Amino acid sequence: MKSWLHSLLLGGLLALGSVTAQATIEAYEFDDKATEERFQQLTEELRCPKCQNNNIADSNSPIASDLRREVYRMLNQGASDDEVIDFMVTRYGEFVLYRPRVTEMTWILWYGPFVLLGIGALAVLLISRRRRQSTAEGPKVGLDAAERERLNQLLEQDKKR
Amino acid sequence: MRRILLFVPLLIFIGLGYFLWRGLSIDPTELPSARLNQPFPQFQLASLTEPERTLTEADLKGRPALVNIWATWCPTCKEEHAFLNGLAQQGVTIYGINYKDEPLKAREWLKRYRDPYTEVVLDQDGALGIDLGVYGAPETYVIDAQGVIRYRHVGAVDAKVWKQLKQVMDQLATGGAS
Repeated sequence: MKSWLHSLLLGGLLALGSVTAQATIEAYEFDDKATEERFQQLTEELRCPKCQNNNIADSNSPIASDLRREVYRMLNQGASDDEVIDFMVTRYGEFVLYRPRVTEMTWILWYGPFVLLGIGALAVLLISRRRRQSTAEGPKVGLDAAERERLNQLLEQDKKR
Repeated sequence: MRRILLFVPLLIFIGLGYFLWRGLSIDPTELPSARLNQPFPQFQLASLTEPERTLTEADLKGRPALVNIWATWCPTCKEEHAFLNGLAQQGVTIYGINYKDEPLKAREWLKRYRDPYTEVVLDQDGALGIDLGVYGAPETYVIDAQGVIRYRHVGAVDAKVWKQLKQVMDQLATGGAS
């Protein structure tokens, strides 16, 4: 009786183990190191459409697993990286690219920061130049005759009050 | 002039605030379909109900129709199934794509909950799903008489969604007649 229960428990544990093994990310075998590295890089740069803050390398959702299988299949058939990326984009849209392609639509994304940096640098340059010019003229020290006259007037007014 | 410059930060803040506020009401899980206004992807797959028969994308042509991606493992599919039955009764053509499912279970399901589909394509390994850009069941597409994809809805079809789908289908029907 006891051994029967024991084997049942063990069987249950084994079944559980196999379930979790299925849920984790499957292992693919590659002919050469270079293809394996391309697979790693591609799956890390492709976004999972279902679980949007994961790439397909890290996600264990069924769709991510299907897409990994698809990337593996294409690489084994000798597809280039661009072909794999095109395949994904025609099906799921630009959205799946964690590294967006440089197109007219993404110019602001790619070059915007440099433009802003340029504007900032220009502003700093202009301000510092203006400051230098004013220091070159020499700061005004003291008051000229007209100003002294006006100051005296004001002081007189205060005294009268 | 200097005075006006002082308002620049306020204007930037208002602009930023507007975009962030708008962002609150945008659903990030709703993706635009990359397949919109493109012909239905080619396929050659067995029919779920008659496995000896092969279906292709040509079988979906002829009139504006809905294409519904469903599976027995998907709870939302069950939710919308009754509504689809109702639509089929109204005479709407609905094609089903049984997505990554077990055919036996799927046939059992259609027997139990009634079959609203004109044809059901058996996409057991999800290859057609990938070609369509499906990322989760259920999804429902509107295709025109030439089999071009005109609309995509992700999630269950209910009365509110149907209003939208119907509008697209009506447009196709009148557009096709003129």
